[in-house]
Amino acid sequence: MNNLLGIGELERREIEELLALAESFEGIDLREVKKVPALRGRTVLNLFMEPSTRTRSSFELAAKRLSADVLNFSAAGSSVEKGESFKDTVLTLSAQGPDLIVVRAPWAGAAELVARWSGAKVVNAGDGGHEHPTQALVDLYALKRRMGRLEGLSVWVVGDIAHSRVARSLLIALQKVGARATVCGPPTLIPPAVEALGADVSYTLAGLQEADVVYALRLQRERMAELPLPSLREYAACYQIDGGRLAPGQLLCHAGPVNRGVEVDGRVVDLPQSAVLDQVRAGLAVRMAVIYALLAGGRERAAVQAVGGVA
Amino acid sequence: MSGLLVGPQPAGERLLLKEFQALDPAAGIEGPHDLRIAKGKVAELAPAGSLEPGEGETVLAGAGRLMVLPAFFDPHVHLRTPGQEHKEELASGTSAAAAGGFWAVLAMANTQPPVDAPELLGALRERAGREARVQVGFFAALSAGLAGKSLAELVALREAGAVGFSDDGRPVASAALLRDALRYQRLCGGVIALHEEEPQLAAGGAIREGPTATRLALPAIPAAAESAMIARDLELIGAEGGRVHFLHLSTARSVELLAQAKERGLAVSGEVTPHHLILDEAEVSLSNTALKVNPPLGNEADRRALLEGLRSGVIDCLATDHAPHAPEEKELPLELAPMGTTGLETAFAALYTELVKPGLLSLARLVEALGCGARLYGIEPATLRPGAPANLCAVDLEARWVAGEDGWRSKAANCCFAGRQLRGRVVATLCAGRLAFSRLGVEVAA
Repeated sequence: MNNLLGIGELERREIEELLALAESFEGIDLREVKKVPALRGRTVLNLFMEPSTRTRSSFELAAKRLSADVLNFSAAGSSVEKGESFKDTVLTLSAQGPDLIVVRAPWAGAAELVARWSGAKVVNAGDGGHEHPTQALVDLYALKRRMGRLEGLSVWVVGDIAHSRVARSLLIALQKVGARATVCGPPTLIPPAVEALGADVSYTLAGLQEADVVYALRLQRERMAELPLPSLREYAACYQIDGGRLAPGQLLCHAGPVNRGVEVDGRVVDLPQSAVLDQVRAGLAVRMAVIYALLAGGRERAAVQAVGGVA
Repeated sequence: MSGLLVGPQPAGERLLLKEFQALDPAAGIEGPHDLRIAKGKVAELAPAGSLEPGEGETVLAGAGRLMVLPAFFDPHVHLRTPGQEHKEELASGTSAAAAGGFWAVLAMANTQPPVDAPELLGALRERAGREARVQVGFFAALSAGLAGKSLAELVALREAGAVGFSDDGRPVASAALLRDALRYQRLCGGVIALHEEEPQLAAGGAIREGPTATRLALPAIPAAAESAMIARDLELIGAEGGRVHFLHLSTARSVELLAQAKERGLAVSGEVTPHHLILDEAEVSLSNTALKVNPPLGNEADRRALLEGLRSGVIDCLATDHAPHAPEEKELPLELAPMGTTGLETAFAALYTELVKPGLLSLARLVEALGCGARLYGIEPATLRPGAPANLCAVDLEARWVAGEDGWRSKAANCCFAGRQLRGRVVATLCAGRLAFSRLGVEVAA
């Protein structure tokens, strides 16, 4: 694995191996010294061209737990504000010799460009509305942990499909592992030709009962010029996941940040059937697994070493 | 009205083209011929083998294999001069035209500043007279400053040599302004050429709405952004009259609307680009910004409808919409990169390879459609007929080459066909008897 630009690049077997590797890393959290020397002397560059708290800190912590050196670069206050092009920024930072670049940018294809311009390995930490492959791995990890399986699960993804990189990567990932996906939301937030994403479509929540998992998405207002909806009130009335709509036994997921009272009723987020905090916790182990798999050589060998070295 | 074009003066040099396969469908000329060129004109056209070189005559040998065609006319290019000479200059853009077999091009007015005043147009034409390698005609802006608020000085611009009026690069968003322009055209003449795009439907879009835009999460432009605007404007033309040309058609519905308008007897015409005939949205990827064009590439049904429109004549002619950009401008995430592809150097070969070779378009219609755009603007198309200006090109249909393999004559490299295996290649271009381009081992006069 040279890069992780999109979840579609991974075979099902590779996804399962990464999830297994993540599981082996989870125990580190319980230790007194939460650190392994696996990547000592390696450098991970976090290149963040748009704001992020959880993803950036999750990657940073994951790299540090593996003993890599971490360099953080964010667009605000940088040479980008002085007019430097994205390409020159990437070339300049690459010249400092990072082994891995974790890139987040507001434009689809940004990570692919970084991979083309830089000799370092590249992880896509979100490129516009396009892909967020580590989030999809995190979601699969949390789903498997909570549901015990992935194969055959019915997952409803509810909300702003059009602007969501979380949805795009998740839908591809669910197809890979044999789960069924339905996208649900207002017609103005479901992209045309949505079949291209391999999901069924519903414009109403009727039928939500058949879901094993309900995945709520936030309205990505930063990617919309105008809200293509009459009002948030009408949106919530049609699509908010609340205690009445979420059936017992259904698992609730959300990639955060949660807008309580819009896409979800605040009360259901805190219910035991909510996996929201499991997703956050899974983030660290999964990102350690991805960084490790990329920097510590062949995947199989990596998995063996990790299990041996960590257990 | 040859006064609409400016460029190199007719040459005194004498040339003999021996044993070429001639094809000029409009003149009914076909088959092996010799051509004598003198004083910038086709002096003689005779059966192959019947003309012998005279004293001081340069011989170009066709060996019975090379073809000679009326040179091409591109009614839609961007030469970026004045103001954006880092993208293209008059000399480089017209060298690219010559290399593509074109004897003349019409340049759009969306320069910096836009060509919206007669003084600007006069200076530009003078400069083209000195620098251009083929003939050039210039559009003037329809609206002052291309701002879409008020008409430019259309009478003065027409008198200064404008072939027509266009805000190309952007639509005439105001129906009221377009209606005024159609009425004013009774006074100023010239063709009104429209870039049809409903600005709010297209706002921020990078590629055509469809499976690829959904998969890649790119802001998308629906097909109706073009056809809704054409429908609006046909209503205005129906009411006011006017001579209107629709630029770079890209949707199946646009072709239907144009056909209906012609049936109604409206004085309308349309053009299509090689890239809209050959490529579709399914080929767009995040890593190739050369495929980001305006209007965006349609889907397969659009492509078929455009091809059928060109075959049937509903679409009058081909135009490249040659739109050069500097490398650093195109080396951006797709959403940020400017729209446009170059096209002059690949038009014939790309169309021959992708449409004529597979039997989708006849060579005769291709040659006709690459030339007849001139007539739409009141300019005589090139022909092989004796007595006509010697605007002709030689092509080698057997040549195999990779687009861009020897670099480009254009300053820009943003060609949507770059790297493609192509068949058929322009090997020489004569503009008014002067060798404007040659790969036949004969020197091009400076």
